[in-house]
Amino acid sequence: MAFRQPSILPGFGLTFGFTTFFLGAIVLLPLTALVVRTAMTDWNHVLEVVFSARALASYRLSFGASLLAASINAVFGFIIAWTLVRYDFPGRKIIDALIDMPFALPTAVSGIALTAVFAHNGWFGQYLEPFGIKIAYTWIGIVIALTLIGLPFVVRSVQPALAEVQRDLEDAAETLGAGRFYVFRRIILPTVLPALATGFTMAFARAVGEYGSVIFIAGNLPLKTEITPLLIVIRLEEFDYGGAAALGFVMLLISFVMLLTINLLQAWGRRRLVGDRR
Amino acid sequence: MAGHGSSAHAAELASRPGRDGLMSALARWAFISVSLAFLAALLFAPLATVFVTAFSRGLGDYFASFSDSDTAAAIKLTLITAAIVVPLNTIFGLAASWAIAKFDFKGKSFLITLIDLPIAVSPVISGLVYVLLFGLQGWFGAWLQEHDISIIFALPGIVLATLFVTFPYVARELIPLMEQLGNDEEEAAITLGAGGWMTFFRVTLPKIRWGLVYGVILCNARAMGEFGAVSVVSGHIRGLTNTMPLHIEILYNEYAFVSAFAVASLLTLLAVVTLVIKTLVEWRTGYRRRR
Repeated sequence: MAFRQPSILPGFGLTFGFTTFFLGAIVLLPLTALVVRTAMTDWNHVLEVVFSARALASYRLSFGASLLAASINAVFGFIIAWTLVRYDFPGRKIIDALIDMPFALPTAVSGIALTAVFAHNGWFGQYLEPFGIKIAYTWIGIVIALTLIGLPFVVRSVQPALAEVQRDLEDAAETLGAGRFYVFRRIILPTVLPALATGFTMAFARAVGEYGSVIFIAGNLPLKTEITPLLIVIRLEEFDYGGAAALGFVMLLISFVMLLTINLLQAWGRRRLVGDRR
Repeated sequence: MAGHGSSAHAAELASRPGRDGLMSALARWAFISVSLAFLAALLFAPLATVFVTAFSRGLGDYFASFSDSDTAAAIKLTLITAAIVVPLNTIFGLAASWAIAKFDFKGKSFLITLIDLPIAVSPVISGLVYVLLFGLQGWFGAWLQEHDISIIFALPGIVLATLFVTFPYVARELIPLMEQLGNDEEEAAITLGAGGWMTFFRVTLPKIRWGLVYGVILCNARAMGEFGAVSVVSGHIRGLTNTMPLHIEILYNEYAFVSAFAVASLLTLLAVVTLVIKTLVEWRTGYRRRR
């Protein structure tokens, strides 16, 4: 089989060539440099940096907080998607448009804004402080920042899937005496599950690497509130290029696994849909 | 979805049978209030606080924030960076979507995955890779220093890091749109004797223009707002290599809250304009990209 199916349209060579060249120069070559740099660094140093107590604490924080944030998003993102798809209320369209806000808003802006709201003298912080709840400069603040940036991924994945749920099936099930939760569990959830899983993984992947919105609200204490991307920046500021590259390599591997998972989940979702239509 | 008027939506909802009990009303009320409360706490309050803080000491102080020469330099640098990055990534997005959507070839989905890669990579890594290449101890560091070329801690590094981060946005917008619109009209134009460029400008471009507008505007918003990647390569030299988001950080850490939030309010407005254009494009085309 030939590399390319024949077509009468021109321009494949030009556009494909430019695409691969630009992709190679801007994305692939620099990423290769990261891998090679890690491989060229003294292995004892790599292991020392990657498994240092500080690095391990940062993985635990980055992963734990991201997992929690993605889980919160899975629950509330689903509720919001449901509200937007199933109910009509004043301002629905504006709310719908605003869901993409965390996606368009610079991370530094959401970082300082969240910190201002949740600091001890902020709009919400001042009411939580008397109860001994501190959000800014603790891990809770990190979870909140990561929840904000992950929200659009879950809502935008679930929305189209919810719209595809066959309402006739729901009506039929209810007519035949099925309860609300039975309909939800047996008809709605199976249709939406792949999309929900995709959104969850996207939000999680985005959260693990997030930097800008977190560092303002995190407090950034080593071993306590220091995320992995910040540790990379610190290694770089110490001119420990090898150590920074090693930590970056670990995160890059994680990104690859995430990307693979997302692709598999999307393929699962497509298979489900095709199966439903038959 | 988004293209239909809300009256159609309401009519569709009203026609549902057996859904007018007390439980339904309660469920509806609960879902709407939980959604709004969650968004209010997480999104609306922070957005409001940006403007409330920026204007907390009056209009005079707000506008005085921008007369500072370092702030002006940061705004200028951000505009220059976006002016270089956005056209390059737009050309890339058009080329990539033409190659991917118009032709079938081996390894197509792998190529799409590679194009999406920068979105999955931490912004800190997007900056780090260029430091490893062009930094003083990087691969080309010594050679660049010999020839007196600075990339890291200078404009070229900021442009490269921003290019990396905003790389997929135009392409991601155009590929599904072009695939959905199909090749028939282009094939007809070519068969009737039009050249490749003519077909592109007269047939394809008008079809995809709204998607292109949104892709470009989103790419621009991300380029102007990028923090992590630029932070790694910039060196934070006041008045020289500080972009707007980096300048916000400096002002904030110096407790100049009014100025920090004043600069932040500009970027917030940019985000709002981006979303307004996105919404208009969706109403215009009745098409929503599926992520």
